[in-house]
Amino acid sequence: MEYFLQQLINGVTLGSIYGLIAIGYTMVYGIIGMINFAHGDIFMVGAFISLIVFLAIIGLGITWIPLTLLLVLVIAMALTSIWGWTVERLAYRPLRESFRLAPLITAIGMSIVLQNFVQIAQGARVKPLQPIITGGYALMERDGFVVILSNIQILIVTTTVVLMALFSLIISKTSLGRAQRACEQDRLMASLLGVNVDRTISLTFVMGAALAAVAGLMYLLYYGVIDFYIGFIAGIKAFTAAVLGGIGSLPGAMLGGLIIGLIETFWSAYFSVEYKDVAAFSILAIVLIFLPSGLLGRPEVEKV
Amino acid sequence: MAKAKAKPTRAQQTSPAASSKFDLVGGLRDAAIAALIAFLLAIPLLSERTVQEAGGLVLENRWWLAFTAAVLVFAGRLALNLFEQSRRNAGDGLRAAISRNTAWLGDTSRFLAPGLLVFAVILPIFPFSDRYIMDLSVLVLTYVMLGWGLNIVVGLAGLLDLGYVAFYAVGAYAYAIIAVHYDLSFWVCMPIAGVMAAMWGIILGFPVLRLRGDYLAIVTLAFGEIIRIVLLNWTDLTNGPNGISGIPRPTLFGLEFKPFGENTFANFFGLDYSPLQRIVFLYYVILALALLTCAVTIRLRRLPIGRAWEALREDEIACRSLGINTTNTKLTAFAIGAMFGGIAGSFFATRQGFISPESFTFIESAIILAIVVLGGLGSQVGVAIAAVVLIGGFELFRELENYRMLIFGLAMVLIMVWRPRGLIATRMPSVFLKDAKTIGADLVGEGHR
Repeated sequence: MEYFLQQLINGVTLGSIYGLIAIGYTMVYGIIGMINFAHGDIFMVGAFISLIVFLAIIGLGITWIPLTLLLVLVIAMALTSIWGWTVERLAYRPLRESFRLAPLITAIGMSIVLQNFVQIAQGARVKPLQPIITGGYALMERDGFVVILSNIQILIVTTTVVLMALFSLIISKTSLGRAQRACEQDRLMASLLGVNVDRTISLTFVMGAALAAVAGLMYLLYYGVIDFYIGFIAGIKAFTAAVLGGIGSLPGAMLGGLIIGLIETFWSAYFSVEYKDVAAFSILAIVLIFLPSGLLGRPEVEKV
Repeated sequence: MAKAKAKPTRAQQTSPAASSKFDLVGGLRDAAIAALIAFLLAIPLLSERTVQEAGGLVLENRWWLAFTAAVLVFAGRLALNLFEQSRRNAGDGLRAAISRNTAWLGDTSRFLAPGLLVFAVILPIFPFSDRYIMDLSVLVLTYVMLGWGLNIVVGLAGLLDLGYVAFYAVGAYAYAIIAVHYDLSFWVCMPIAGVMAAMWGIILGFPVLRLRGDYLAIVTLAFGEIIRIVLLNWTDLTNGPNGISGIPRPTLFGLEFKPFGENTFANFFGLDYSPLQRIVFLYYVILALALLTCAVTIRLRRLPIGRAWEALREDEIACRSLGINTTNTKLTAFAIGAMFGGIAGSFFATRQGFISPESFTFIESAIILAIVVLGGLGSQVGVAIAAVVLIGGFELFRELENYRMLIFGLAMVLIMVWRPRGLIATRMPSVFLKDAKTIGADLVGEGHR
């Protein structure tokens, strides 16, 4: 029971990180119907930017951790957004009218570019970071096994919930959100009614990248090591989460992220660590086959 | 052409009146914005390098890199702007210009094919064909074969398969395991490996082929990763990360390629032994296999199933309305593509003599896909040329290990943006009324937008 509870806590934490990345996938898919394959690597870029900004701020002498982290969060979100914007501008916008698979191929190209760029610029070695947020609460104890809810886990889950609420508000209440939903419904009609479609799509990528940066920072704080390759697997899992929750749906992405995080954690805890990725990928296939519209998505009507 | 015109650059949007002259101010401003963005992109990742030291990570400052990046982008963007403006004054955009200036690639491809074939057949007798060249040629031909195999799936049937390397792996492991455990020769195992791969293609393909294009792509990617992880962890069968070594070499009707022994190639023909003999033999084996793939593809295109593939690529809904069983049609394309991938895999195993899961990563799938895409989806000659260019280029830049992948990724993006139908972007329809017209692929739309 204690073991189970501990895994539940770990799974929810992991799921929050996946959920944050999944939102980027789901928003982009919702609005232009393409899989932003490079999004996982934007997450990786976000993690690296967080690491560098953190070291720079510490170097400047600001050592009060909450302030440092807040600064890192804001700067990393801003800088990673520019990456997201650039990727969209360079690789996807010129292909808006092209055949359907073209942007997916450039997305793969972009993913390779980002990975190798970071590898060249920062080296291929893993980058370790000493734990910044330590401590936690012992929830219960039996037979020497202590269930720990650590501060970092609380931080991750809280940040995720706050950001989720914030972004849901943006989508549902602001004029930008309205424009996004209009573009999602019918891009041509939206442009006829005065929505700047290109700008709206760009902003969607910016929002997705900002959330990916948060996920990158959380990943860095939680695991303490990053390398240039983390984006690939995390990206596929987050995409699985987005599909599982119903692509195009924000709460769906969060729910999907939680489920994927929990499944992966429990699979590792009770079955085998080696095959945890197989579990996640199999879920992707199973969901797509049997439940293509996901848990919270709208069933897609095919127009003939 | 209309497409390029419909998307004015920012420089033009700011000053529409200057469209007939060079708009230097607008161009400069646009370039400055691009440079600023490049600078912002470069700030953390390029200008600061994290270095591991005794006390933990420290930053190493390299500000000049960020400035260099900004200056380079400024110059590049300005040149591009001015070029586009001069082009537009002449009446068309950059994309159309590139499209036109590379159109000869499509025109010459007709005469290129026989020439390339003859060259490939007589390559080993050229004096410059030393061991290095022959090894490289074998590698290139392996990718040509893989490209042609994937071309059936992606180019003809229009199914984006990001996990093609899985079938390559299945073929390689099937051959390695059967040959090592049961002591069968390459020529017996190769068809078995092909059938195994085709079987896996059907098993994996059957449930997922009803999915839409991009979902299919992601699921095949996931399958590719699953197979790699299984190969990595199923230690009893695959020997895990250590791989399988001592895979038997192929023989020519029982004649082995060894320096000593009774039944060797050199002995039988009364020649002196040379390691080059084995490599030339391997070269002809893979050449024959690749040509077989090509011949089968060309024949299949004339059969109803091949026509159904191409129809499916162009418009799936129309196909369904006309009574084509789309799932079966896709499945045959998937299985046949997988079979050739598996055969190429068994060749890879026998050539290397050693295989491990490291040879079958996603990047391998991406390279094969890039070959098909750059060659022009569906064009046989294009795929062959793209394989030569890509793999040869990889070899040329061997020292620049990471940079070549970076360039590879950039090339994938740029070619897609400027020439979305590949370098040789003409398609000759397999079925036509009265006379065959080559269609410039730039003009062809695709069913599912």
